[in-house]
Amino acid sequence: MPQPRILILRAPGTNCDVETAHAFQLAGGQPDVLHLNRLLEAPQLAVEYQVLCVPGGFSYGDDIAAGRIFANQIRHHLSDVLQEFRSAGKLLLGICNGFQVLIKSGLLDTDDAAGPAASLTWNDSGCFMDRWVGLQTEGDKCVFLSGINELYLPIAHAEGKFVTRDQSALKRFEEAGQLVLRYADVGGSVQPFNPNGAEQDVAGMCDTTGRVFGLMPHPERFVDFTQHPNWTRREDRGEGVGLALFRNAVRYFS
Amino acid sequence: MLWEFDIHPLDGLPDQEAQRIALLANETGICPNLSVRSARGFLLESDSLNADQANRLAEELFADNTVESSVVAPVGDSRLVDHASSQTKGNCPTLLQVLLKPGVMDPVAQSAETAIRDFGYSVSAVRTLRKYWIDGASEEQVAAISERILANDAIEQTVQGPLGFDELQQGCEYQFKLLTVPLGGLDDEGLMRLSREGQLYLQLAEMQTIQRHFAELGREPTDIELETLAQTWSEHCSHKTLAGRIAYRDERGARQFENMLKETIFAATTELRSRWGNKDWCVSVFRDNAGIVRFNDEFNVAFKVETHNHPSALEPYGGANTGIGGVIRDTIGTGMGAKPVCNTDVFCFAPPDTLVDDLPSGVLNPKRVMRGVVSGVRDYGNRMGIPTVNGAVFFDSRYLGNPLVYCGNVGIIPVDKSFKQPQPNDLIVSVGGRTGRDGIHGATFSSAELTQESESLSGGAVQIGNAVEEKKVLDVLLAIRDRGLYTAITDCGAGGFSSAVGEMGEEIGAEVWLELAPVKYAGLTYTEIWISEAQERMVLSVPEPNWEELHALCAAEGVEATVIGKFAPTGRLVLKYDDEIVGDLAMDLLHNGRPPVIRSASFTPAEIIPLEIPTSGSELTADLCRILGSYNVASKEWIIRQYDHEVQGGSVVKPLVGVNLDGPSDAAVVRPVLSSRRGLVISCGMNPRYGDLDTYHMAASAIDEAIRNCVAVGADPARIALLDNFCWGDCEKSETLGSLVRAALACHDLSLEFETPFISGKDSLNNEFSFVGSDGKKQTIAIPPTLLISALGQIADVASAVTMDLKHSDSLLYLVGETKNELGGSHFALIHELEGGQVPTVDPAIAKQTFAALHQAIVQGLVASCHDLSEGGLAVAAAEMCFAGGIGAELELAKVPKGSIDLTSLEKLFSESNTRFLCEVQSKKASEFENLLAGVPLACLGHTMSEKELRISEASGSAPVISAKLTDLKTAWKEPLAW
Repeated sequence: MPQPRILILRAPGTNCDVETAHAFQLAGGQPDVLHLNRLLEAPQLAVEYQVLCVPGGFSYGDDIAAGRIFANQIRHHLSDVLQEFRSAGKLLLGICNGFQVLIKSGLLDTDDAAGPAASLTWNDSGCFMDRWVGLQTEGDKCVFLSGINELYLPIAHAEGKFVTRDQSALKRFEEAGQLVLRYADVGGSVQPFNPNGAEQDVAGMCDTTGRVFGLMPHPERFVDFTQHPNWTRREDRGEGVGLALFRNAVRYFS
Repeated sequence: MLWEFDIHPLDGLPDQEAQRIALLANETGICPNLSVRSARGFLLESDSLNADQANRLAEELFADNTVESSVVAPVGDSRLVDHASSQTKGNCPTLLQVLLKPGVMDPVAQSAETAIRDFGYSVSAVRTLRKYWIDGASEEQVAAISERILANDAIEQTVQGPLGFDELQQGCEYQFKLLTVPLGGLDDEGLMRLSREGQLYLQLAEMQTIQRHFAELGREPTDIELETLAQTWSEHCSHKTLAGRIAYRDERGARQFENMLKETIFAATTELRSRWGNKDWCVSVFRDNAGIVRFNDEFNVAFKVETHNHPSALEPYGGANTGIGGVIRDTIGTGMGAKPVCNTDVFCFAPPDTLVDDLPSGVLNPKRVMRGVVSGVRDYGNRMGIPTVNGAVFFDSRYLGNPLVYCGNVGIIPVDKSFKQPQPNDLIVSVGGRTGRDGIHGATFSSAELTQESESLSGGAVQIGNAVEEKKVLDVLLAIRDRGLYTAITDCGAGGFSSAVGEMGEEIGAEVWLELAPVKYAGLTYTEIWISEAQERMVLSVPEPNWEELHALCAAEGVEATVIGKFAPTGRLVLKYDDEIVGDLAMDLLHNGRPPVIRSASFTPAEIIPLEIPTSGSELTADLCRILGSYNVASKEWIIRQYDHEVQGGSVVKPLVGVNLDGPSDAAVVRPVLSSRRGLVISCGMNPRYGDLDTYHMAASAIDEAIRNCVAVGADPARIALLDNFCWGDCEKSETLGSLVRAALACHDLSLEFETPFISGKDSLNNEFSFVGSDGKKQTIAIPPTLLISALGQIADVASAVTMDLKHSDSLLYLVGETKNELGGSHFALIHELEGGQVPTVDPAIAKQTFAALHQAIVQGLVASCHDLSEGGLAVAAAEMCFAGGIGAELELAKVPKGSIDLTSLEKLFSESNTRFLCEVQSKKASEFENLLAGVPLACLGHTMSEKELRISEASGSAPVISAKLTDLKTAWKEPLAW
């Protein structure tokens, strides 16, 4: 199989597209960065790709709520093409703002009869925060996390607190094995290890197939050893652990 | 119909905004236990929206139903006034509604409009509001909360109770009328009154020149002509004082400058470039919006630091917001357009614990200023996706009326895109945001002194930015640049189109069709369009055949591009509105017609009064803790973590380092090109306290500090470029200007000695605040002379970078550089409120040798950690290295290199002599390290240890003069600003 093609979708205010493309490239993928307007004009462009990634940033300024306007554009115009994309066995990844977009677009299977049952809202601290966090994976449902147990990655967000509408919704996601990535007191994590007050320490979730995945931490910001906040204290000169997620996505198609 | 959508936190969930307000009400002493609830609101005007559609918008757009509930009703409905859950027994809470004043940028409303249209609904206008229900507070308390916490009168209005309107103002049609301003017959006093009341802020000689010019033409100027001259000749745009004629005198004699900057700072760079010949690595200096130097074969690097002081004093959030937005446009508008890769931000505030009762009228509480400025930089920088990697905060009570906000940006630019040249008959194209009534008179206003009345006088100069608009512009411009569709680009900053078009067309001429400029709302006069400083606009010079392609590319990304004129080769600036000429000025008059500013400047060095050091010598550990906890030294983690310092993926040395990622890094290291290991190093130096003693040594120290911060993390000292930013008081006063000239002389001297060229700079004068004190007398607070030196270094391989945290518990600790008795202006003097003493000086020859030798040691991997000695001297540097690394140390002061003088323990601990570093070296590398540093003052002071303590004694075996647990030192350092 040739290199899988990666569609990196940028909207006004997206700002992690370049380093996300770089990470996919290092992992052996073939990324293209495309403006959302091009996909809105011609949704079938997506068919050419194996992976679609919504990178981090502040789409539409995060105005009204983070990811909301972009997510509505998906609901209004791209729902069909992206559901087909998923049904065709392809992968969708949302990082930080991309996770906010995916969860609010319904692509993570969070909607029920009463509407959206999960969301990402303001950190308990009430403000933007850039720091590194320890992470633990759960189960083996998520394609992107295959073979990964622990991670150490940076977060940089204001609205990253995972919330559910009620306990039954939370239980449903847990039982479906969707809550696949949690903040944990591992690696170099500092206290509090849960940086934003997320329910059940959830840092990332996938859909019911495991092929659509969103996470608040930034794996693309740890693909080279010099990005580690403590690399001058470490002997390790290998690649960053974040690269494993991108490798998993590429390997899925080989 | 005007619909309102109120979004409330769900019952039982925290109301974060209300908690914030309650905290501030308590902090400011207005009300200790405020009961308040909040909601965010949207006003939506639409002829056709029905209730079902409105409810759908609430559900699917405005509210997040997992955490919020909404109230939807037409304005006037009582459900929008009463808070469902705050009607406690008998209490009727006061409703305060905060709205942006009409015309103020409301980015959220703009995005909401787009989002509503995506539902297929029609909407004519949207505005946001914030609502607060306050319970059990007195009328005075409510008024105080409204004024001091909730709203800033410069941009916002508060409505108590129901909104008193049911439609949104959208401006009214403009009726063209050409205005002229009669100058004939005005005497000097009349001219100056016109200058002041018209907010032209021109000086008498300038007004007289203009009067004469139009008398010769036999006509009166139009308003737009006068405004154009005022803007072009403003201090802000022409730097006429520092580039003017100055008669300077100091203790060494007199010196006459024709152009002070050119003969000092620029001259040094020119000399260095000719000294280097074909090894010159400067590319473009002091001519474009930013300075440019070489980076690698593919890219050059551009750097600019600006100040945005006056707007930040009136509206800290908006001022800082547009400050960072403006400097980012500077690099985007450099050459053919650089791509921003990181920001640096330096602030000066009055101490946050200044008593509220001490505030003169018209001054905002320093804590409010600080929070606002930090949020403003955060929200713009983060949204732009540009990491904020470096900064500093300096506190002094003299910044009370004039806080300083320095914003800097670094960008990379392809080698072949580093220069621009507009061509005759190119189209003048405006790209980006629309023009509004915001920011009128920013350029001339920033050249004036602030007073109590500034807020009402110049509210229009205060703005809010829209970062996403600028990000869109940046994204599309880089694509257009690479297709070569334009010949020149510049930003619309102070002075708006007037400045941008006037500068670009200086050598050609320009004709502008003002009615074509896209406006935010109807009703702008031709002059307002011309001088508006509305944000997020760039001006391009586009050859006509390229216009359609350029326009299509912009449209494809939702960016507005509009032809507003042509660079007509006439040598004149012709302004038209609907084919009528409203202004016609010779470019030569604009750019060369201003009479030179002639000033005198004098400097008398203060007599050195010896410091009276408190006699009790046993409290040195306590002194160390107090210095660590002083605001300038204390941890800035609260600020740093609000900035995204890692976006773009190039972060190598972060602002906070060490075993728990909370130690203070000396400088930032960034990889701007992800496929390369070559790095940029960004640092700064600033010592206003030394300026109280001698601004020459203050400047020299700031340069030394900026360079040594850079070198400490691994930058090559032979490749460091500098920027100067002078913020001074009223330079019409001879002594004030004298202290500035003296600092500029130091910049000249040190730049030559170190071979570190200045590549760009900026000044902000008139930072004085006048008010009428309680005794009825006019008082003036002038800021201390404040020179920020920013350094842009380079590192061949980022993997050789070094951080300041101790790494091993069995290393040797070397002090590099000589310690002198230089406690003048020190932080030891600060905490003991001591005056006088010897200000730190620089020995450039030794310094240059030290930087070069240490750099070699770092490149060869001999240095495990390295920290520069600055505020608080050796003691603070040692403490920071220890607690950052979680490793203890034991040091002996008797070994400190100090030449032939005698120094007490106290002097060795706290003296702030320049060019010193503390280095951790593993014993197996010690002899190699010592050999490399031969000829440089150097001594091994002691060693690291696993015990988590810092112990410093005069000699081994003698009682320690400092003995502290690392946790105590760290707590002292972290707590003061952990907000």
